[in-house]
Amino acid sequence: MREPIAKKVSEMKPSGIRKFFDIVSEMKDAISLGVGEPDFDTPWHIRDEGIYSLEKGRTFYTSNSGLKELRHEICEYIRRHYNVNYTGEKDVLITVGGSEAIDIGLRAVLDPGDEVVIPQPSYVSYEPCTIMAGGVPVIVELKEENEFRLTADDLEKVITPRTKVLILPFPNNPTGAIMERSDLESIREVILKHDLLVMSDEIYSELSYKGDHVTIASLPDMQERTILINGFSKAFAMTGWRLGYALGPQRIIEQMTKIHQYCIMCAPTNSQYAALEALRHGDQDVAQMKEAYNERRRFLMHEFHRIGLKCFEPYGAFYVFPSIKEFGMTSDEFAVKLLEAKKVAVVPGTAFGSCGEGFLRISYAYSIENLKIALERIEEFIMELRGRA
Amino acid sequence: MDEITELRMKILKAIEHEGRVDLKELAIRLGVDETDVANEMADMEKEGIICGYQTLIDWDKTDAQIVTALIEVRVTPQRGQGFDVIAERIYKYAEVDSVYLISGGFDLMVIMEGRTLKEVSTFVTDKLSALDSVLSCATHFILRKYKVNGTILAKRYEDERMLITP
Repeated sequence: MREPIAKKVSEMKPSGIRKFFDIVSEMKDAISLGVGEPDFDTPWHIRDEGIYSLEKGRTFYTSNSGLKELRHEICEYIRRHYNVNYTGEKDVLITVGGSEAIDIGLRAVLDPGDEVVIPQPSYVSYEPCTIMAGGVPVIVELKEENEFRLTADDLEKVITPRTKVLILPFPNNPTGAIMERSDLESIREVILKHDLLVMSDEIYSELSYKGDHVTIASLPDMQERTILINGFSKAFAMTGWRLGYALGPQRIIEQMTKIHQYCIMCAPTNSQYAALEALRHGDQDVAQMKEAYNERRRFLMHEFHRIGLKCFEPYGAFYVFPSIKEFGMTSDEFAVKLLEAKKVAVVPGTAFGSCGEGFLRISYAYSIENLKIALERIEEFIMELRGRA
Repeated sequence: MDEITELRMKILKAIEHEGRVDLKELAIRLGVDETDVANEMADMEKEGIICGYQTLIDWDKTDAQIVTALIEVRVTPQRGQGFDVIAERIYKYAEVDSVYLISGGFDLMVIMEGRTLKEVSTFVTDKLSALDSVLSCATHFILRKYKVNGTILAKRYEDERMLITP
């Protein structure tokens, strides 16, 4: 039989997370700090609207771009929270999670050989989506000494005449890094100078603990060259509803909608009705969850400091990214040993790019009680390692 | 909100559900000084904002015999004193757990606990209904407590998320 698998696909690296997931699932009664989704349930009034939409028999397709009212509410929400004016429903496309928006956004703008600048460590799908879209990923390694922010220098260094898109993944998974206004202003110059498009993945925008989140689309001349991606998963604890959206210049959104209409048709209808409720009456829930995450973040940072585990202070998402370089092990080795010795699961930094070597992603989407137990074990583990050295 | 009011609100929100939280830990979580937390709590105790620290117990899971009743009471308010005097006469009984002035068809909501149905009904007929200004009582016995003070008693939820996700 001839080779059934396309070369592009068989050459694609399996996600580093997947490999680790297999090891962890073998382990009975492990405590995990490895989850990239909220521990809160979707607030009940939002779930209730989802249920109600099913009861009313709203089980049909919506228009390809999504419910008109929802697109309208998204524009309102973005204006209210981030100060960017998207004028109408044509500026928005509702997608199946932010992930779909990343995929079809790249497919809509890339010609074969176009280069996409991807800062790493970052979420696992930018690189494969770029390749699948015929683009060439160009990795920028973010540095701990810059608190894993993207600097103008780092960006400038990798730009070639083929560079077309910059992916901007902040607040960042896995590092928890954010980009403040001044950081964005300095990379804006480089973006304008080289006429780049920006795909700004702001799925964690509501979880920013140092002042309000600033979107690059709100900077002068940036809205017209930015595909802004966001969604309901993190802000409203709605991961399983699979609902995200992209906002951008109408001519890009129009082309993305074309791809979306052929391969997806429309995002799940009952999720869209639930999302309407989230946007209309969910601000309070978001504020409460954010405060809870922030308490845990401060607690974790304090504990790391006490144990003497080196970690820059992250101000976004629900991750901390401590350095384990002092122990002379790879991230993989450390994570596997920690799991075997103390039954605590964390994710090796390398799952998010090779420059994550020497770091771990620890999620604080867990109750304080859970974090305490896990931290005790991590402390024991570290003390044992230090005692041995 | 000024800084102190804001800190007070944060403390109150936290201890409302975690009465036993360690003050040092709370200070770390809120990103403030431990002495500030301790001072504010002491002040709020003095001011009667913090009225006590209690434990939420699901007695149904113990061998204890406890019957809880909600009693709606209609009363005649007294000139110049409204409902305060009659409320006081009622809340002074040790059997009475809570007393609220309510709107609607009744005036007071009285919550009480007893060991048996009979104990509760005796209290209602002999003591409560016998009060001069009490016009009528409607007693509702609680059959099952699903959720109390924000805590769900009926069911425990497990973390069903996958162990590792990107």
